[in-house]
Amino acid sequence: MSELDGKSQTVSEIVVSSAHGQSGKEGGSGGVIVLFFFVGLVASLIVGWVLFPKALYSQKKQPIDFNHTLHNGLVGNGCESCHFFREDGSYSGVPKLAQCIECHEEAQSSDPEEIKFVEQFVKKEIEVPWLVYARQPDCVFFSHAAHVKSANMDCATCHGPIGESEHMKLYQQNRITGYSRNIWGENIVGIKKNTWDRMKMDDCSECHQKQKVLLGSVQTQKEGCFVCHK
Amino acid sequence: MKQEHGGNGTRKYGMVIDLDLCTGCGSCMVACMAENNVPFREDETDKLKSITWMRVYKLTNGKPYPETDICYLPRPCQHCEGSHGHSPCVSVCPATATDYDSQTGIVSQIYTRCFGCRYCMAACPYHARYFNWYDPIWPEGMEKYLNPNVSPRMRGVVEKCSFCFHRYQAAKDKAYLDGQKEIEEDAYQTACTQACPAGAITFGDLDNPDHAVHKLKKQPGAFRLLERLGTNTKVYYVSSREWVRRAGDNYLKTEGPKKVV
Repeated sequence: MSELDGKSQTVSEIVVSSAHGQSGKEGGSGGVIVLFFFVGLVASLIVGWVLFPKALYSQKKQPIDFNHTLHNGLVGNGCESCHFFREDGSYSGVPKLAQCIECHEEAQSSDPEEIKFVEQFVKKEIEVPWLVYARQPDCVFFSHAAHVKSANMDCATCHGPIGESEHMKLYQQNRITGYSRNIWGENIVGIKKNTWDRMKMDDCSECHQKQKVLLGSVQTQKEGCFVCHK
Repeated sequence: MKQEHGGNGTRKYGMVIDLDLCTGCGSCMVACMAENNVPFREDETDKLKSITWMRVYKLTNGKPYPETDICYLPRPCQHCEGSHGHSPCVSVCPATATDYDSQTGIVSQIYTRCFGCRYCMAACPYHARYFNWYDPIWPEGMEKYLNPNVSPRMRGVVEKCSFCFHRYQAAKDKAYLDGQKEIEEDAYQTACTQACPAGAITFGDLDNPDHAVHKLKKQPGAFRLLERLGTNTKVYYVSSREWVRRAGDNYLKTEGPKKVV
């Protein structure tokens, strides 16, 4: 017993002394390690929050720099003048060339964007490949009729004050998912200041849970999945 | 808005299929495949791997000539309500990918939510659910003919008949635009109903006295598949032949076919 005790004592002494030795060394280089840690941390944060989000989105220009403010002043029926409902209740979305031609068969001004539009698309009868900021994934069914006609919501609630813009903003596409940046939102953290800042499923359900219009789901006691999915 | 949907706004969509009228032509199956972007394979001989939301079964009474008789039975998803308000597949789904909507009585399947465990397929007594063993491969050019209102499925998820729910969504869109509160019977019909040349399939709101199915389901020869399981399905079958009604469940020789209450 005593022999064993003696051995364990010597072992523990060695452990203690070696630990002392290490801490002695750290005393000299501790500052460097801490500095190295923080430099690495800051670098990782910059990569994660600044460089990666920039690399994640490709930036594309719209084919024509459309002026919403100018058009909004000239048409009679607000947004619905060009973004109208079809007779079957579906929504036309981005206008086709046929509607633009109603006014733009010839250039009406000396605006270079309009001349470009008439020369490149109207005269050649090519549809403008507009990039749709609000394009949702394929599994989503969104009813404009339900929101605009039945619930009397403003376009700006989801789309923001796009009707007052003079230039088209850059279209940013997520390189991994292929979705528009407007779905995730400009803020990479996901902070939302306005109702139109994001267009994710959570943002739809945020309002739907408040309104409680179509409660029917047996699983969740909320709205049925087929209300917004197809 | 609340008044519009609350209270009496609930519907219970279902089908009545007259088996005496069905000729087994398979139009319903074809229409369903085309309408719902159902994937198919070059070799469809392995029925464990093929997908048919609507499937026509051939029943025989097993008797020799001249008493021999056959009957064709189209089988969509039965959209069970059960005694507790939903289907067996909803009970077992761990992903909340399948759900029972008490507003329409339709059992939904959300493909992006499904992770392919296939519990629902085991739970379904009607073999109405199918697993995507492969990604769909459309013959060249056919992707242009896909229905844009139905999202195509990917490999590894379960799919099934939705009672052409996208047509309900479209009918509601039209109703919103016209300011109507009710959806007309002919505004929402499934693809198989419209494709049936014999008029054997009738679709509508089972609870609405103005819809044809409300009366048809109370016909004398009406029965449901596996009635005694208590799945309380929303697809009713009608036949004047007793052996067909008996084939709807595993009855003993001494038992008579159970009637729909």
